Amino acid sequence: MADPILTVEQVVREYGERVRTRALAGVNLTLRLGELAALIGPSGSGKSTLLNLIGLLDRPTSGRVILAGQDTSQLDERALTTMRARTLGFVFQFHHLLPEFTAVENVMLPEWADRGTPTPEMRTRAEQILDAVGLADRAQYRTSDLSGGQQQRVAIARALVRRPPLVLADEPTGNLDTASADEVFELMRKFNRERGTTFLIVTHDPRIAERCNRVIEIVDGRVARDTEPERKGT
Amino acid sequence: MPFAWFVAIRYMLSARGQTSLILAAVSVGVSVVVFLSALINGLQASLIQSTLGSQPHITLRVARESPRPLVEPSAGRAISRPIQPASQRLRSMDQWPVRLAEAQQFPGVTAASPTLTGSGIATRADARLPVAIRGVDPERFLAIINIPAKIIRGSFDISPGTMVIGSTLANELAVDVGDKVRLASTEGIEQVLTVSGVFTLGNAGVDKTWVVMSLRQAQSMFGLLGGATTIELKVSDVFTAEGIASEIQSQTGLLAESWMALNAELLAGLSAQSSSKTMIQACVVITVALGIASVLIVSVVQKSREIGILRAVGTPARRVLAIFLIQGGVLGLIGSLVGCALGVVFARLFESIALNPDGMPRFPVQVDLDLLLGATALATGVGLVTAVIPARRAAKLDPATAIRSG
Repeated sequence: MADPILTVEQVVREYGERVRTRALAGVNLTLRLGELAALIGPSGSGKSTLLNLIGLLDRPTSGRVILAGQDTSQLDERALTTMRARTLGFVFQFHHLLPEFTAVENVMLPEWADRGTPTPEMRTRAEQILDAVGLADRAQYRTSDLSGGQQQRVAIARALVRRPPLVLADEPTGNLDTASADEVFELMRKFNRERGTTFLIVTHDPRIAERCNRVIEIVDGRVARDTEPERKGT
Repeated sequence: MPFAWFVAIRYMLSARGQTSLILAAVSVGVSVVVFLSALINGLQASLIQSTLGSQPHITLRVARESPRPLVEPSAGRAISRPIQPASQRLRSMDQWPVRLAEAQQFPGVTAASPTLTGSGIATRADARLPVAIRGVDPERFLAIINIPAKIIRGSFDISPGTMVIGSTLANELAVDVGDKVRLASTEGIEQVLTVSGVFTLGNAGVDKTWVVMSLRQAQSMFGLLGGATTIELKVSDVFTAEGIASEIQSQTGLLAESWMALNAELLAGLSAQSSSKTMIQACVVITVALGIASVLIVSVVQKSREIGILRAVGTPARRVLAIFLIQGGVLGLIGSLVGCALGVVFARLFESIALNPDGMPRFPVQVDLDLLLGATALATGVGLVTAVIPARRAAKLDPATAIRSG
């Protein structure tokens, strides 16, 4: 079996001072390199909370998140930022591209922001990945001039340009029509197969979930089900 | 281009309306400061110039004579004696050439000139007028009060038997170049001198009373052969005159009087003007600060989701901070450059519109590089400082919350 890229150990996340709400009640989860996993569950089950913790945008009340062999509870804010920049890719529901910038600039921004100054290689890499998502001819477009599906493909390019081992996608097809949703999902599956990038995709769409090779269901802040459809099928 | 600069500039360019409004506000503010400062500086400079055009920066004279008792009390003998203040006679300064050389050595002093001043009466036909007689060394005196430049008729010729006089005095005596005037000094010596030139220094008292002649001529009029009563000094920075004067006084024992002591009211007026200038500057600084801060605060709120995304994909907080600091600084800098240009244009325009009947500007403006650099540095600094609050707010945004709520 491949090495684990992510281990979530006994993670509890509570909110509130007086009245404590428990969003996550002890989650254990391991993702291995090359997995294409769907994270499902009803609204309010704690999916987003878990994704924020794995994405290092939030810290658990107790428990540990170990990412690429690093216990992230030991890291300060600055180190977490660097880790987000270099180890993780993010795809959000509403693409969340920056409207003032062109497609290729949006793809370059994370690395540019991390390193400070741009290099010619950065631009080359950004153009190559835009080509890989089929948008080479849209590189100089403002992202506000692109269609929803194209925007989400730019967002995938942005998440993958630095070849992070783990990409987190929060309902990446949530506001796309079926055809665009398929296109976007196929793109993620392609990168998963060709590059071995691990994906954790939060989704409400059962058609997407069943095409992943692992489905994790969260209910009431706990892992209720963790199945691997493909393996189960064989 | 560094990331923070790239994003900051793109943000400013994409919010063109907002950016131009705040630039206009900063420009107008800075132009008001530049214009008013240029005007006030110009007025002050011309006031000081006209004041110092007819008086030395520092005048050194001998201390007043103190009363000397004729009989001293001694052991066993008490005396009763009224002490009457001594009347002050005209006397020469002891060893004035030595004092002159000493005074010239003081730091800040750029020129020194010996003068013999006294009073007299000028007589011409029926007119008998009091005059102030000044005997000077023509070469040295030139550096103290530039009379040759203010000669309106004739020339600055003070060779033996000649003198130059103030224009009002010339009018009242009804004399012109080449005419003779009888002068009597307070020592009772009379001489007839020829007017070689008439000057206007712009100071009513001076133009009405001054009679300038050679030192030697004055010495003979007052019976003080080889003497001089005062030493007149010029200093490099006119506002240090008071300090230099008191230092000279304490070191030499001579009475040292600076123009600042003689013109206390003028200086009080100037300092009141300066404080009003400072008030205006402070108001403009506050306006600029509020303007830039409000625009940036709105911008941070508008962009909070984008900031959250940038933070989520790994942008360090310090770079987010820099994005907004750069915007504040750049808005201040560009606004102040435009404002300086506007201010200079306004000032020049004003100067060319408000004219005296003789075609000279009524309000001479003074635009110097220091003023422009100062205004630019101030506005840029204010932009940077006021950007700190919104920038810190942006840097502290929690990415998860910002993305969800933005």
